[in-house]
Amino acid sequence: MDWLLQQSINGLGLGSIYALIALGYTMVYGILRFINFAHSDVLMLGAFSAFYLEPQVSRLFGRESVVGAIMIVILAAGICAVLGMLIEFLAYRPLRNRPRLTVLITAIGVSLFIEFTAQHEKVFSAKTQFFPRLLPEHSFQMGNVFFNSTDLLVPVVTLLLLAAMWFIVQKTRIGTAMRAVSYNQQAASLMGVNVNRIISFTFGLGSALAAIAGILYAMKAPGIEPLMGVQPGLRAFIAAVLGGIGNLPGAVVGGLVLGILETFLGGIPWLSSYRDGIAFAILILILLFKPAGLLGKATVEKV
Amino acid sequence: MLARLLSRAALPLSLSFALFLTGCGGGSSESTIKVGEFASLTGKEATFGTSSHEGTLLAFEELNAAGGVLGKKLELITEDNQTKPGETANAVNKLIAKDNVVAILGEVASGRSLEAAPICQQSKIPMISPASTNPKVTETGDYIFRVCFIDPFQGTVMANFATNTLKAKKIAVFTDVKSDYSKGLAKYFKEKFVANGGTIAAELDFNGGDKDFKGQLTAIKSSNPDGVFVPGYYTDVALICIQAKQLGLNVPMFGGDGWESSTLLEIGKEAVEGNYFSTHYAADAATDKVKNFVEAYKKRFGGKVPDAMAALGYDSAYFLADGIKRAATAEPAKIREALAATKEFDAVTGKIAMNEKRDAVKSAVILQVKGGAFKYVETVNP
Repeated sequence: MDWLLQQSINGLGLGSIYALIALGYTMVYGILRFINFAHSDVLMLGAFSAFYLEPQVSRLFGRESVVGAIMIVILAAGICAVLGMLIEFLAYRPLRNRPRLTVLITAIGVSLFIEFTAQHEKVFSAKTQFFPRLLPEHSFQMGNVFFNSTDLLVPVVTLLLLAAMWFIVQKTRIGTAMRAVSYNQQAASLMGVNVNRIISFTFGLGSALAAIAGILYAMKAPGIEPLMGVQPGLRAFIAAVLGGIGNLPGAVVGGLVLGILETFLGGIPWLSSYRDGIAFAILILILLFKPAGLLGKATVEKV
Repeated sequence: MLARLLSRAALPLSLSFALFLTGCGGGSSESTIKVGEFASLTGKEATFGTSSHEGTLLAFEELNAAGGVLGKKLELITEDNQTKPGETANAVNKLIAKDNVVAILGEVASGRSLEAAPICQQSKIPMISPASTNPKVTETGDYIFRVCFIDPFQGTVMANFATNTLKAKKIAVFTDVKSDYSKGLAKYFKEKFVANGGTIAAELDFNGGDKDFKGQLTAIKSSNPDGVFVPGYYTDVALICIQAKQLGLNVPMFGGDGWESSTLLEIGKEAVEGNYFSTHYAADAATDKVKNFVEAYKKRFGGKVPDAMAALGYDSAYFLADGIKRAATAEPAKIREALAATKEFDAVTGKIAMNEKRDAVKSAVILQVKGGAFKYVETVNP
């Protein structure tokens, strides 16, 4: 019983991270019908922004303070939002009217460009660096089950951000414009929607989400390096597809399913080396029977 | 079709060949002995590569300052494989084909040494690995040597340590399935520990580079082991130790020489405190050879204390120089013969004898993380 509870907590912690990253993927896909492969690298840039901001911010607010942590997250999210918009402006906008494959290949190019630039000795260097603690960490023990404040923080933040995204998309003016662009770019622009601005905003929002995910990921496993985003990014992409790409709650459900599957499979001694193989085989099965993903019904409103 | 492709390829090929010839025309190959080195100077295991490279570099500088070998200066040509699979083959091919080196030194990780070994063997260029401990490395062929002990020995040492010093009855083993080194070490540990009368409580796997190990660690914890053997590399090990503590798994963790890096302490902090690992030498040992080496290294590299990889990198260079001296020529085949005949070579990491498998027979030491540093615990002889 303890084992089940402990693994559920572990899986929830990991799954929430995947969910948070998947939200960003799905967001951009919903508007542009295009996978931004550089998303996982923006995640890494978010973690490194926080890494470099921490000494400055903690000088003002003290180490491991809540205000300081919120400041760091907001600043890092801001930096990454600007970077995300810049990437869109420089790499994707000139290709807006080209075949979608061209943009996809460019996205992979941007991703590799960021990864290898970041690995240079004069940028971040390729070595793993210690990510400072942003918040005081509390451990809790219930019987034989252990968890800490970060394990609780991650799902809470993920759900809050899901709610915030849903609110922005469904209840605000800019959200209405986003949905309009998603349905038909040309028609939207004829109705007076500034398509460029909406797409820029979407990228900014997606990148801010990536930055927050990167920081939470680094808080969970305090070693950061330029390739840290690759593996969770791939998982999150799959989670987004699993949940029904373009669907916000679907991304969260997909992320949680994937995280829990991985954790439980990893915890079975004779299966642990087949963990990823089995997890992905299950995903393929799900997609065979539900090709649009778990929540991706045609009737569900796309972002 | 093939012919057309070939003729297309022929022009750039012949061009580059011409460039290559003019590039070599300087006559430098006659006045120096060229030695190639490949190392992971950047990437995930950068501290390993950097340490072994610095050790090698120091040895070359000392040798050249003392007049070189056979009256010629030694020239070290270093290539970085970025800790990436595939890059090593490129680097080694370049060293052999373009730079015409007479021998190759490298590298720490067994997986990447195994990539280089078949190329060196085929080209009949002696290769000396400073720190690859997987037996398969030298099994590639008679041109491949190493100056470190091998995993069966290291695994045995840690199994005896678990039985005798930790007094452990049940040990869980947590292996990196992506690494030949980790799998080899786990195998030999299990064999010996079971032979000692112990039981393996649980066997779990992870993928090097993972960041979340809680699923596996929860399973390890529920098997109630007396200790956990983690034959991984330092970045993964640090995160594993942190997450084990978070899950309330408070038993000693121990591993092999893949743990030895200051990064382990930087990331792991108090979570790695009290844990043990086996390695090649202790910088706080009391022999003259070690003291002189530590002194020279500190002076050359800004006060840094050399780790085992640095010591082995240093030893690999001196071992090669010794071979060239005894061969009395810089011909690769003759160097190979001389190296294979080494009976007693006095190295920083202990006396080395080459056995018939071209593996070094030597002792191991066990270190413990104590107060944020590595402290000497005991020496284990072969």
